[in-house]
Amino acid sequence: MEIKYILDIIYLVASVTFVLGLKMLSHPDSARKGNLYAAFGMTLAIVGTILLYNHSDGYTSREPIKIILILAAIGVGTVAGWLTASKVQMTKMPELVSLFNGMGGACAAIIGLMEYEHNLGKTGALATIIAGLIIGSVSFSGSVIAFLKLNETMKKPIRIPKYNILNTVVMITLVLFGAYIVYAQPEHLFLVVLLFVFALVYGVLFVIPIGGADMPVVISLLNSFTGLAAAFGGFLYQNQVMLTGGILVGSAGTILTLAMCKAMNRPLSNVIFGAFGGGTVAGSGAEVNGSIKDISISDTAILMNYAKKVVIVPGYGLAVAQAQHVIHELELLLEERGVEVVYAIHPVAGRMPGHMNVLLAESNVSYDKLVEMEDINPQFANTDVVLVVGANDVVNPAAKTDPSSPIFGMPILDVENATNIIVNKRSMNAGYAGIDNLLFYQPKTSMLFGDAKGVLAKLVSELKQM
Amino acid sequence: MNQIINFLGENIQMIYIIILSVFVGVEVIGKVPAVLHTPLMSGANAIHGVVIVGAIIVMLNTPAENILSLALGFVAVVFGTLNVVGGFAVTDRMLEMFKKKK
Repeated sequence: MEIKYILDIIYLVASVTFVLGLKMLSHPDSARKGNLYAAFGMTLAIVGTILLYNHSDGYTSREPIKIILILAAIGVGTVAGWLTASKVQMTKMPELVSLFNGMGGACAAIIGLMEYEHNLGKTGALATIIAGLIIGSVSFSGSVIAFLKLNETMKKPIRIPKYNILNTVVMITLVLFGAYIVYAQPEHLFLVVLLFVFALVYGVLFVIPIGGADMPVVISLLNSFTGLAAAFGGFLYQNQVMLTGGILVGSAGTILTLAMCKAMNRPLSNVIFGAFGGGTVAGSGAEVNGSIKDISISDTAILMNYAKKVVIVPGYGLAVAQAQHVIHELELLLEERGVEVVYAIHPVAGRMPGHMNVLLAESNVSYDKLVEMEDINPQFANTDVVLVVGANDVVNPAAKTDPSSPIFGMPILDVENATNIIVNKRSMNAGYAGIDNLLFYQPKTSMLFGDAKGVLAKLVSELKQM
Repeated sequence: MNQIINFLGENIQMIYIIILSVFVGVEVIGKVPAVLHTPLMSGANAIHGVVIVGAIIVMLNTPAENILSLALGFVAVVFGTLNVVGGFAVTDRMLEMFKKKK
C-alpha cells in the first residue's frame, strides 16, 4: 500500500464534500449542514497534505522548523479569521466576504511567485503558474478595492479619463507580458515580480471605476476568479482537490454573477465597462416636477392600522440604521391587528443578492414573509400601504420610463400600483446609484423623514396606543 | 500544434476533472433560490480557500535554509487559512440565523 494512495483517497472524499456541500447550500433546511460538510472536507484535505504529501521527485522534507511554521501560520489565520467572522456585524458581511476572497487570491499569487523558479524549462507548467499568478493578483487587489468601496472608505467612484481604453490596454499588455515570460523564461525573478505588481495595478484599475451599486456583481466575479486561480494551482500540482474545489467555485461563481446581472437586467459587459453608479447623475434627463409631501408619524400609524395589506420594502438603509428588529416588531403588531404584512425583496436589495434576507432572518422575521420580486409585483395593486424603508433605486420608476437613466431596464418593485406609498428616508439624498427618484414626487407618495430606527420605534409606540 | 496536443494528452485526466467540475458547478448552483445567494457565495468563497493546500505543498517542498521562501510561504498559509476559516465561519453564522426562524 502506498501512502500516496491514502492522500488521493482523502482528496477524493474532500472533493465529494465540496460538491455535496454546495448542493446542500441550495436548500434552506440543509444549508448549514452542507457548509459544515465542506468545512470538514477542507480540514481533512489540509491535515492530509501536511502529514502525507510527497513530491514525486523527492523535494518534500519535513524538518521540524517547517512543520512549526506551517502550524503557526494556520494558527494565526484561524484565530484572526474566526474572530473577524464572529465579531462582524451582519451589515458588514459583503465587505468581509470580499476581504476573505482577496486573501485566497493573494495566496494563489504567492504560490505562483514561489513556484516559478522550480519550473523553468517546462512551458506548460510555467503557463499555469503565470495564469494563476495574474488571476490571483487581480482578484486580491480588486477585492481590496471592493472592500474599501463597500465600507465607504472610498466613497466616490474615481474617474480616470478614457478608463475603458486605458483598462483594455493595460489588460492586453498584462496578457502579452505574461505570455512573454512563459516564452522567454527569464531566469531572474525580477520580471515575474514586475508582472505581479502590474497585475495588482490592473486589479485596482478594474474595480475602481465601477460604482458601489455594482459591487456585489464584482465580488461575485472576483470570487470565481479566485476559484480559477486555485484551479491553476491544482493543475500545476496535479492536485485533484484543488482542481475540483477551484473549478466548482469558478463555474458556480460565474453562474451566480450572471444571475445577478440578470436581476439587474444588464449584461455583464455593461457592469464592467458601463461605469454606473456615480458621475452619471447628470445623465438622468428626466425633469423633476411636482412637490414632495410630508406625512406625520401619527398619520402613518392610522393609515397602517386600518389597512388590509401592508407591504414593506426594505433596503440597505434599513440595515445601516440597524432597524431590522424594530421593523419586525412593527410587523408583529400589525399582524395582531389583522393586517396582512409581507416584505418585498428585490433581488439586489442590500449589498449582495440575498443580503436582505440574511439581515431580516437575523431579527427572526419568518422565512415565508419574504416575497421575491416576481411574486410580489402583481400583489401591489391590492396593497393599501407600501412602506419603503431605506430603499431607493429598486423602486425608482425611471428604470422603466426613462431610457437615459443609468438604471433603465433594471426590473423594479412596482410599488406605484399600491394605494398609498410611504417612503422613509433620512434626507432627499439620491440613492446608491446616485440618481433622483421620481417616485417621491408622485401624488400617492408621502415622505416620512428621519432615521429609520427612530421613526419606526415611534411608529410602533404610536400604534400601541391605538 | 504538436506541443498543444502533447500538453492535452499528458494532462488528460486533469482536463476531464475540469470539464466535469464545470458542469457539476453549473448544475448544483443553477437551482439555488435567490434568498440563499449570499450564504452560497460565502460558502463558495470558503471552498476556494482550498488553495491553502497549494501553499502547504510549496512550504513542504522548500528547503529549510531558504528563509525568504519560507517567509513568503508562511504569509501564503496565513492568507489561505483566513480564507478557509473566515469563510466557513461567516457562512455558518449567516445560516444559523436562517435556522432560528419559526
